[in-house]
Amino acid sequence: MHIPDGYLGPATSGVMYAAMLPIWGLAARMVKETLNRRQVPLLAIAAAFSFLIMMFNVPIPGGTTGHAVGAVLAAILIGPWAACIAVSVALIVQALLFGDGGITAIGANCFNMAFIEVFAGYYIYKVISGSSAITSARRVIAAGIAGYAALNLAALTTAIMFGLQPLLQKTASGESLYCPYGLGVAIPAMLGEHLLIFGWVEAIVTALVVKYLQKQDARLLETLKEVRA
Amino acid sequence: MKVTTKLWIGIGILILLSPLGLILPERFKAGDAWGEWGLDGIKELVGYIPQGLEKLAELWSAPLPDYAFKGWEEKGLGSLSFAYIISAIVGIAVVVLAAFLIGKLLSKKE
Repeated sequence: MHIPDGYLGPATSGVMYAAMLPIWGLAARMVKETLNRRQVPLLAIAAAFSFLIMMFNVPIPGGTTGHAVGAVLAAILIGPWAACIAVSVALIVQALLFGDGGITAIGANCFNMAFIEVFAGYYIYKVISGSSAITSARRVIAAGIAGYAALNLAALTTAIMFGLQPLLQKTASGESLYCPYGLGVAIPAMLGEHLLIFGWVEAIVTALVVKYLQKQDARLLETLKEVRA
Repeated sequence: MKVTTKLWIGIGILILLSPLGLILPERFKAGDAWGEWGLDGIKELVGYIPQGLEKLAELWSAPLPDYAFKGWEEKGLGSLSFAYIISAIVGIAVVVLAAFLIGKLLSKKE
């Protein structure tokens, strides 16, 4: 899901940077108001986990690879604004140090994985959890569903960015200047593989860690309330 | 033991297991992620290299490209797995440092 350099035209890359700048600014302000000093290690753990889980490429035999992002887990653990920062940090380091995701596409990749996935996952988890007890099985299921749905939403917005390129920029002979595939190819391809395989990986990872935290120290999952307060 | 300590240990274990993310795709003959092909791959797929893409593709020269050392592309899975683990350690060190710095700057003192 890491869009490399060259797949998006300057218009799309620019708009996505322009979209992320105020989101990062707002995230910094929200985190400043809500994050307690003792939650800082959790921010670092969420960022490290997100970075690491993205290295676990899952193969579709004979096909493509994909991976979980850990963005929904981050949102459940430290709230959506801090999670937005944590996942952005992971994505920026991946782009700069490892060439995983383009530097011109940092805005776009952060928009998909650190904004869309984080906030979608957070609200889906919240709605499904409702007022259930912090250690309830319902919350484990909510985490799984949120992971699955939110990763797929991020795959969809990524596919839309890819698929818009042939519409936006073309040579005189009709060749695309950037990503060569249109919406009709990009959306079924990206969404198909994430609905089929990678979404489940995100679901299982998110649900398992939430279940683990419920057993170990459920208070960690309650930090969410403080973060929102 | 504090839960955060346990989580850090978990991250340490995952670092050691990370080469699975390299070995499994190799075993199951899975290629690049969708939309993350190199220039050769894209030429094979669509028959041409989009002009703008070609110009921008090599824009950034990452110090550890694809979580490996430069010039190690032809090395075996063992060496690449080693480079993958080193990359994970380096990457996480930078991510954690950045996250702590940002966290310290933004969090409330108590």
